Amino acid sequence: MSKLAPGGAEALLRRYEGLSSRLPGARLPWLASLRAAAAAAFRAQGLPSRRAEAWRYTDLRPIAEVEFAEPLLSVTAALPLPAQRLPRRAVFVDGRFREGLSELGDNDVALGSLAADLPAAEGRLGRLARPEDHPLTALNTALFEDGLTVTVPAGIDAGGLELSHFVLAAERPLACHPRHLIRLEPGARLLLLESAQGDVATRYLHNPVFEIEIAEGASLVHVRLQQEGEAGFQLGTIYARIEAGGTYDNFTLNAGGRLVRNEIHAVLAGPEAACHMNGAQLLRDGQHADTTTVLDHAAPDCRSRQTYKTVLSGRSRGVFQGRIHVHQVAQRTDGYQMNQALLLSPEAEIDSKPQLEIYADDVKCSHGATVGALDADQLFYLRARGIPEPVARTMLIDAFLQDVVDTIAEGPARDAVATAIADWWRGRA
Amino acid sequence: MPAVTETVETVQAATEGAYKWGFETDIEMEFAPKGLNEDIVRFISAKKNEPAWLLEWRLKAFAIWQKMAEPLWAAVSYPPIDYQDAYYYAAPKQTTKPKSLDEVDPELLKTYAKLGIPLKEQAILAGVEGAGDTPADGGRMPIAVDAVFDSVSVATSYKDRLAKEGIIFCAISEAVHEHPELVRQYLGTVVPQGDNFYAALNSAVFTDGSFVYIPKGVRCPMELSTYFRINAKSTGQFERTLIIADEGSTVSYLEGCTAPMRDENQLHAAVVELVALDDASIKYSTVQNWYPGDAEGRGGIFNFVTKRAQCRGRRSKVSWTQVETGSAITWKYPSCVLLGDDSVGEFYSVAITNNRQQADTGTKMIHVGKRTRSTIISKGISAGRGQNTYRGLVRVAPTATAARNFTQCDSLLIGDQCGAHTVPYIENRCMSAWTEHEATTSRIAEDQLFYCRQRGLSEEDAVGLIVNGFCREVLKELPMEFAVEAQKLLQISLEGSVG
Repeated sequence: MSKLAPGGAEALLRRYEGLSSRLPGARLPWLASLRAAAAAAFRAQGLPSRRAEAWRYTDLRPIAEVEFAEPLLSVTAALPLPAQRLPRRAVFVDGRFREGLSELGDNDVALGSLAADLPAAEGRLGRLARPEDHPLTALNTALFEDGLTVTVPAGIDAGGLELSHFVLAAERPLACHPRHLIRLEPGARLLLLESAQGDVATRYLHNPVFEIEIAEGASLVHVRLQQEGEAGFQLGTIYARIEAGGTYDNFTLNAGGRLVRNEIHAVLAGPEAACHMNGAQLLRDGQHADTTTVLDHAAPDCRSRQTYKTVLSGRSRGVFQGRIHVHQVAQRTDGYQMNQALLLSPEAEIDSKPQLEIYADDVKCSHGATVGALDADQLFYLRARGIPEPVARTMLIDAFLQDVVDTIAEGPARDAVATAIADWWRGRA
Repeated sequence: MPAVTETVETVQAATEGAYKWGFETDIEMEFAPKGLNEDIVRFISAKKNEPAWLLEWRLKAFAIWQKMAEPLWAAVSYPPIDYQDAYYYAAPKQTTKPKSLDEVDPELLKTYAKLGIPLKEQAILAGVEGAGDTPADGGRMPIAVDAVFDSVSVATSYKDRLAKEGIIFCAISEAVHEHPELVRQYLGTVVPQGDNFYAALNSAVFTDGSFVYIPKGVRCPMELSTYFRINAKSTGQFERTLIIADEGSTVSYLEGCTAPMRDENQLHAAVVELVALDDASIKYSTVQNWYPGDAEGRGGIFNFVTKRAQCRGRRSKVSWTQVETGSAITWKYPSCVLLGDDSVGEFYSVAITNNRQQADTGTKMIHVGKRTRSTIISKGISAGRGQNTYRGLVRVAPTATAARNFTQCDSLLIGDQCGAHTVPYIENRCMSAWTEHEATTSRIAEDQLFYCRQRGLSEEDAVGLIVNGFCREVLKELPMEFAVEAQKLLQISLEGSVG
């Protein structure tokens, strides 16, 4: 893979060399060797440059230029924690679990800090997220300090869990690489509402990696609110494996951050598994947001649906890359993908690459992509009825977003997304 | 191939449905030594008696090519090509002009007959003196043909009639001498020497091809056609076509290609450049029927082609139509750069891969001018162990206000060993532009097959009928004679893929 000139990547590696003996689990041989292999993989791959096909629309130079430090152990007095929306909440600050701020609820669900119980993660950590496949996963594996582990036992409906991540104000740019391991045993259910926020003035890199295992008949709804600070970078990668009859529903709202990548790799590994990936990207001046999905249909009779919408204003840039790979065994696959973008400014740019790769013949796969401005006829219709232009525009943009927001089941998660969209409007005004 | 449909049946019957153009013509050939170096480039240039500027242009291309790496991003796989193990120049030996058909090398005439070229046009193509002065018989709409045999253009028909309209239609090697100012003005301005690996190679060693110039306001009275054939063993064919449509002119151009059956791979790296000025319109149709290799994937043509059009003028229009049934590997992206305001680009494509064929094909539509419009309709059919990829780019520059694009890519899979892939790139930097893309992949529906079978059609005929229906939107864009031929080709290409 083509890589960017060293600099930022070198600095990140130096951190690993300086820290490796102090990182959590340093005395576990399997983990130490996994981290060493990951560091070597990152050294070999570096931060990807735009010459790499998967990164042709997202330029990581702004990140490569920064020398990030590891976060200091902070004692926080005031954290702008919003009210808790779901019965359980796990709070992370600068990549580290904060028990005092969290509310883990009953112990029917194994839930807690990854760093506190690393021996239990052997065989699980790195099973889906393999450092040799992805430089940012390699970086995360080499440097992660903490993360959330969740195991929902068979047949249990764990209800709702919030995963809230904050980055506090810091003088030096900081990087955190949390690693989250989520497992649903057969027939288990969970609603995971994830939010990511950060100090507006701090330059930071939030590089989370999720490994999500969904066993037979289990169902995970994963709603993500990305509202990073204005100078923040988020490069998030999710690996999900869905067994027979299981369901993974992902919704991602990209509304914050300066440069953001939301990358999802999902594998439909057993018959009749389903995956829904939806999302909205709301971008204002100076922002760059990238949604990249790779969906592997590796078993017959699976179903996938994707809808992504991007609204671009100012000098912003939106990217959508979606690949559906249907393996030869995956007969009777039903796959659909739609991505739409609304350009509100003459300086905005959208790049879209929907991709179908099909090796089975009994399939029904389609994708669609549209890009355009607000419809002048619709705007005229509303204005002819006495609605002032700014209000009419807002109505049309809301309507554009509505059908993707409606893919989330009614309840606190959808309300949280609606609130975040309303916050974006307020911030924009 | 010039479109004469009755020959399809006769030749098909003769070869029992196998590759029907798989004959080799045994005529005396003149070769340049095998391999590629600066001397070969000089040799080709000297052989063609080229002016110094063209030799320099070739040498510059060769220097660029040597520094370039072969592109590997396409979804095709093949053993590495040894560029030193091919002949870069092969020409049928010719002395003086024959006086009548009796004096023409009978092997060459046989070739024309097998291709289904009428006798009258055979005479013209073989360069018989005085032929071509009278119109073709049968009241049929004549088609002007330029036949390129391995590396050289062997003959062009109806030249005089076209000349009356001021149209230039000749071999590019001839144009270099007779119309140097036009060639020099336009050559390499659409596809520069260093555009890509294969275009650079072509620029260095191109041997012949067609040159067309349509003067201001002229509507070309007949279809222009080029027929390409690779005949000699171990030769590459590197033709270069340049078409210029001056203000307000219109032209329709057909291109056909075949090659004999051989069990080694042969290289074809052509460059086609189209220039449309104000209000001009160019329609470029291709039926690509190079030898696809046998059922096990032995042999076949590697078809690495660069085709690009520039709509330079306002309200100019370029329309590409292609039916790709041949070649072991197809790597081809006919593109339009829409520079002039209100210019229009179109791309209609049918690509079939059967047995072990691989095709990576599509288009690029680059919108620069205001209110530019483009339409892309691509139909991919995969059967046997074929791999078929649509790869396309729609780019809208900030200057292309109110530009419009519509793209539709449909794939059809026949059998569970083949693959169909869609890789569109959409890059929009203009708020008032509107782009739409849709793609579907499916197989032939059981109920459609059942319906046809119930009415007494054999399974192969039923598949042929359904496939023709699937491709109808593209086939209707072809000139009439070509469309009939193309439908038959589709059916032949899919033989053995069902049952």
